[in-house]
Amino acid sequence: MTNHWIDLRNSDCVLIMGSNAAENHPISFKWVTKAQEKGATLIHVDPRFTRTSSKADIYAPLRSGTDIAFLGGMINYIMERKRWFPEYVVNYTNAANILSDKFKFEDGLFSGYDAKKRSYDKATWVFEMDGAGLPKRDESLNDPRCVFQQLKKHYSRYTLDKVSAITGTPVNDLIKVYDAYTRTGQIDKSGTIMYAMGWTQHTVGVQNIRAMCIVQLLLGNMGMAGGGVNALRGESNVQGSTDAGLLFHILPGYLPTPPASVPNLAVYNEKFTPKTKDPQSANWWGNRPKYIVSLLKSFFGEAATKENDFGYGWLPKIDDGKAYTWLDIFDAMYDGKIKGFFSWGQNPACSGANSNKTRKALAKLDWLVNVNLFDNETGSFWKGPGMDPKKIKTEVFFLPCVASVEKEGSLSNSGRWMQWRYKAADGPGKCLPDGDIMVKLFEKIRALYEKDGGAFPEPIKNLRWDYVKGGHFDPHAVAKLINGYFERDVEIGGKQYKKGDPVPGFALLQADGSTSSGNWIYCQSYGAKNLSARRGKTDPTGMGLYPEWAWAWPVNRRIIYNRASVDIYGRPLAPNKNILEWKGGKWVGDVPDGPWPPMADKKNGKLPFIMRADGVGALFGPGLADGPFPEHYEPLECPVEKNLMSGQRMSPVAPVYKGDADVFASCDPRYPIVCTTYRVTEHWQTGVMTRWQPWLLEAQPQNFLEMSEELAKLKGIKNGEKVIVSSVRGQIECVAVVTKRFKPFTVQGQTVHEVGTTWHFGWVHPKDGGDSANLLTPSTGDPNTRIPESKAFMVNVVKKGGK
Amino acid sequence: MSGKYFMVDTTKCTACRGCQVACKQWNKLPAEQTHNWGSFQNPKDLAFDTYRVVRFNEYPAEKNSVAWYFFTDACRHCVAPPCKDEGDQYVKDAIVVDKNGAVIYTEKTKEFGKKFEDVRKACPYDVPRMDEKTGLAAKCHMCYMRVNEGLLPACAKSCPTGALVFGDEAAMKKLANERLAEAKKKFGDKAQILDIDDVRVLYLVVDDKKKYSEYA
Repeated sequence: MTNHWIDLRNSDCVLIMGSNAAENHPISFKWVTKAQEKGATLIHVDPRFTRTSSKADIYAPLRSGTDIAFLGGMINYIMERKRWFPEYVVNYTNAANILSDKFKFEDGLFSGYDAKKRSYDKATWVFEMDGAGLPKRDESLNDPRCVFQQLKKHYSRYTLDKVSAITGTPVNDLIKVYDAYTRTGQIDKSGTIMYAMGWTQHTVGVQNIRAMCIVQLLLGNMGMAGGGVNALRGESNVQGSTDAGLLFHILPGYLPTPPASVPNLAVYNEKFTPKTKDPQSANWWGNRPKYIVSLLKSFFGEAATKENDFGYGWLPKIDDGKAYTWLDIFDAMYDGKIKGFFSWGQNPACSGANSNKTRKALAKLDWLVNVNLFDNETGSFWKGPGMDPKKIKTEVFFLPCVASVEKEGSLSNSGRWMQWRYKAADGPGKCLPDGDIMVKLFEKIRALYEKDGGAFPEPIKNLRWDYVKGGHFDPHAVAKLINGYFERDVEIGGKQYKKGDPVPGFALLQADGSTSSGNWIYCQSYGAKNLSARRGKTDPTGMGLYPEWAWAWPVNRRIIYNRASVDIYGRPLAPNKNILEWKGGKWVGDVPDGPWPPMADKKNGKLPFIMRADGVGALFGPGLADGPFPEHYEPLECPVEKNLMSGQRMSPVAPVYKGDADVFASCDPRYPIVCTTYRVTEHWQTGVMTRWQPWLLEAQPQNFLEMSEELAKLKGIKNGEKVIVSSVRGQIECVAVVTKRFKPFTVQGQTVHEVGTTWHFGWVHPKDGGDSANLLTPSTGDPNTRIPESKAFMVNVVKKGGK
Repeated sequence: MSGKYFMVDTTKCTACRGCQVACKQWNKLPAEQTHNWGSFQNPKDLAFDTYRVVRFNEYPAEKNSVAWYFFTDACRHCVAPPCKDEGDQYVKDAIVVDKNGAVIYTEKTKEFGKKFEDVRKACPYDVPRMDEKTGLAAKCHMCYMRVNEGLLPACAKSCPTGALVFGDEAAMKKLANERLAEAKKKFGDKAQILDIDDVRVLYLVVDDKKKYSEYA
């Protein structure tokens, strides 16, 4: 979240799209309800009328996988009705920049497309530069080559009728949503978006969010209280694990993982440190060399020296252009290329798309270690449906671990708050905290390297490892190193710091090896005091920032891009939502995005979007794999032969896996029904932590398939009857929930039915609960993130025992 | 008149069922063996081991085409409880009312035997249930043991949106009237507080009450 949970209450219009927040983030509705009490409009856009829709002022249905068409129509509406916020758009976005005349968009393809590689050469996705090396601009926004005009042209194609024909949303509903939401373009109004996996799990997942970012920038909602782009995280600490570099392409603190072609630190810094010639751009990523060296010092301690490139050579490298995501890991495992697998706190046999492929892949392993609270479908895959234990060689180990409340540590919530948690109880039996399991594992591995050598022992032997206290993992020691230390006595700005002192903030991190920090964005969190353990309840702005409650990254800033909430003189754009103001030569309110004066100060003032090299919000966003403007493409599996927007039916750059388990059926009469997957309040993820909980199981005992009354009639299915749902990849048994809350869509003049089911169940427990919806989902995904397309695919439904 | 009241604003209920599960947890009530019967509502009804159940009902509607109503159903703690009047005829003080107005079923309800059916029938909301094995009767007791210690009832404690709140009579009646005024503006004249003078659980609904529960 750019903002945070409480801040939802400050919104004038809450759009929930790609999320079922009332069910999956129930506490969020504390704040959504407060916003409604103050007069905010709540909009829910979703294929199915849910518990969220039941509280909405406006509900609009849309066919799964058509969000860009829906949002493209909103951008068009903003342009046609002039709902955009001129001052904000000119000053704080790249709207005025002039695009290179080589940049083109024709029939669904941007310039630079290579059909063979299914990828783009982005060389033409650039601005025209002036003599000073800055983008040429037309602040009147009239130049036909400026971003604003190109954006307008691109989305002028998304007319109400065309959008409705694609999404199945009635035109009147489109108008209702567009009108209500785009009113937040008024200077003192703010609108927020709450989204979750309903937007990300698509072949166009990132572009769904990009489309909304464009809406928010046009309406001037970024940086504002009650605004922002808010990703509702699906696990309590998924924000923290992403910050800590869980994904393959980043190291902790969003530093790029080095590719094999980058041989040393100098080349790394040259390649990955953005540059700007604009004196008004803070270009904060210009500090990258300080952060990577401090990270290396946290990894390798004394062993990291200037002479050995601070141990850069010991970092694992990725092959250039190769992805190592979930889909790729299981694809490689399926091909027998992976021999051992730690399944730690997860249940891929149910959670991964195309779970039949995943389950078969597990059988190719020599060994599997399952670290979890309970037995699950992954650890027991070898005795699961369709498996012959006698033919499976995989040796499986189960390591029971303690639950989150049985250990101490921090978690970082969706609002970027790092909150310390104390241990409430001992775990049962011999269960260990994950940290203790890792300590034991690492010490054993290190001893083996010391005894036997090995191919590349340096990264293991040189690893800084001072996290153990009394034989146990010490979360405080880890948290302190994540904050970072001075590694030698230094003087900075006339102030002395001693070796071993905590670094007070990331502005003091250095590129010369004098500081360490395990994650630069967390620097400041744990100095003399553990700020994440704070529970102060003061609220100086009255806007719910609560600066002394826990600690938020970066530097306790509660709303990021908050310098965009003021005009160029530092006056709040919405005085009724004052979170930051330039007063008497200093900033008052939230921790500003940098200390510099407001932009009107041409000498010292800075642009608000400090993490971008050019300092402004990107209406034109050339960084992604699939284009600088979001464009509607149909899901890989869809009910229509033709994409009404262009000749490109599906994303031209989405990954398509080609193994024998990667089968797809689009516009196939055998699978005529759109299907989506979701969660319910009563269960969590694959259900490993909730299916064993009798009270939750009592409330939601079995997997179900929701379908419209119209489809049920067509298929001769009655409410509560068992049905078989099948895709070309697998099938599951469900209880039919026949409901008015799903309605057939009219798409391109044809009736299209949609159904939905949950991925909470698995065959291990309960016995009559059903199995995971991911047995149905396709192994394809977003070209940027490769998150699987689990939200839109094609199935058939029949009554159990019927045809 | 004084004592404690619940205020249930169905317009703010998201049916997260925190109240239903919190009730089971605090009272250490076992889960029933349920199956999905084509609804999110489960258990299907109140039971000896289920003091509180959230009812789900969907209807066609003009606004947004569908209305999905949620109704967290449990004992209303009547100001003059007819179940006690009826019960006292068979077993004096098997049903007692505490200082806060909580209607509490004691061990002595075992002695109702077949007369329990008359006690149940006396309840306008069809709330009390009997355990077939022991003959004991049970229902929501307003978490009187928590309330006596200055705590909220488990259900009210768990509610994230302020749909289910608990407090003194004056405060809850004031809140109910404020919420009613808001609801009338937003949902029209069908908004009403159910049985405001008779019960200690003030439900705000915005449609015909039978659309929420047969016995509402």
